[in-house]
Amino acid sequence: MRTPPTSPTRLHIDWTRCQGRGLCTELLPRLLDRDDWGYPIARDRSSEPAVPPAALSEARTAVDLCPRLALSLITDVNPGIE
Amino acid sequence: MTTSRRTGAPTTQRMFAAHGPGLVEHHQRFGPLPESAGTALVPVLDRSGLTGRGGAGFPAGRKIASVTGRRAVVIGNGAEGEPLSHKDAELLSRAPHLVLDGLKVAAAAVSAEKVVLYVPFRAVPTIKAAISERSSAKLDRHRVTVVAAPDRFVAGQESAVVRRVEGGPALPRDQTVPPSTSGVRGRPTLVNNVETLAHIALIARYGSRWFRSLGDPSEPGTMLVTLSGGPTLSGGPTPHSVLEVPTGTRLTDLVGHLGVTDLRALRAVLVGGYHGSWIPREMVTGARLSRAGLAHLGASPGAGIIHALPADQCGLARTADILGYLAGESARQCGPCRNGLPQLARLFDDLAYRRVDDRLLDEVRRMIDLIDGRGSCRHPDGTARLARSALDAFASDITHHRYGRCEATLTSVYGTGRPRHHTSGSR
Repeated sequence: MRTPPTSPTRLHIDWTRCQGRGLCTELLPRLLDRDDWGYPIARDRSSEPAVPPAALSEARTAVDLCPRLALSLITDVNPGIE
Repeated sequence: MTTSRRTGAPTTQRMFAAHGPGLVEHHQRFGPLPESAGTALVPVLDRSGLTGRGGAGFPAGRKIASVTGRRAVVIGNGAEGEPLSHKDAELLSRAPHLVLDGLKVAAAAVSAEKVVLYVPFRAVPTIKAAISERSSAKLDRHRVTVVAAPDRFVAGQESAVVRRVEGGPALPRDQTVPPSTSGVRGRPTLVNNVETLAHIALIARYGSRWFRSLGDPSEPGTMLVTLSGGPTLSGGPTPHSVLEVPTGTRLTDLVGHLGVTDLRALRAVLVGGYHGSWIPREMVTGARLSRAGLAHLGASPGAGIIHALPADQCGLARTADILGYLAGESARQCGPCRNGLPQLARLFDDLAYRRVDDRLLDEVRRMIDLIDGRGSCRHPDGTARLARSALDAFASDITHHRYGRCEATLTSVYGTGRPRHHTSGSR
């Protein structure tokens, strides 16, 4: 099954849970950097970085292993309601 | 529902047209709600072009249409944590029944099971009195639950409203789906600003064509604005004044209400409040209070806040004050906001009160990028917007500060401690 190009998988960070332990930045070094305080920051500076297919497996591992359960993968299109 | 102009429909002063806040005056002026209101609400709102008046400006009809599930919850949001905004408080005290009418219509439109009005503590007695007037008159099918909003900046953020209504603290929470899909205890939830509800109550009576007869055609109708600041107020507390004006009103007309007849008395105008944008004096002419009328300046009307900074006050110092306040209002739940906002405020203090160099400016820009979009609510994003707009609007001031001067006084910003003119205090 193909994923439509308009809705790539994105990495969502629950900032209320994240404490900057840094595991995700070690598993996804090409996607995430650490900011001044150790919190993950997307290298492309987006708030929900797109996960390239090659990194999906590591991304799932990061979601499973995050000690704060702060990560999730999102595939649905954001309806943009505010 | 007819869209033709009705006799007795109010003209420019729409929401404040009744002679008093009571149910009798309300019905004398506006008459009862049509029985059918709510059944065909979405197409009427779509035609009216009404956008949300809480700041985000999302089309009201589409927002209501997005709430489709069972056991829906409708919340009127009257929390107004922004210190420069007073319009929701004014509306709740002067026209509570318009808000409650709008709540009733919205509740009918989504077949709501639970109806809530979320208002500041001090508005609770007025609203409860209005609700008991209505229950004596057997006006509403729903019982309206009143929930008190604490006085803090982020208490009106949509997810904070939902959390408070659930019985939790009024703090934002992480959202992967909008409240219209999963809000109060997972139920589809419609959160509307109280002014939006008042407009809905009027559109339900007088129709979409009447609503569109005023204002910027791309974003029609009237809107409430809160005006503050101006040349007479340096140093003193800022009195607010609330007006109802057509969308697209010229900024020059709005600051005229503050007694500003010569723009040279101003340094800049803050549009949209503490999460808004500074418009430098030379750009105020030609700007209008609508998305279209502010887009070329990178600004938007937000919740209708207009704050005039007098020419003798420093925009960088004023922004540093506001950023310090916003840092203190962080819910301290999200790392980049908890750490980044105080850091940004300190850097702006340096911009305002110490010698400016390229390294400091680069660091300010880096810090703004580091907080933007990195929280569970809009607080860091709005703070970043304000800081960026200050760098643009006060660019020439930054140059002066490099050489130890300030446009506000054209005197040295050094000296013993902070010069008086650099502590605006007009919050």
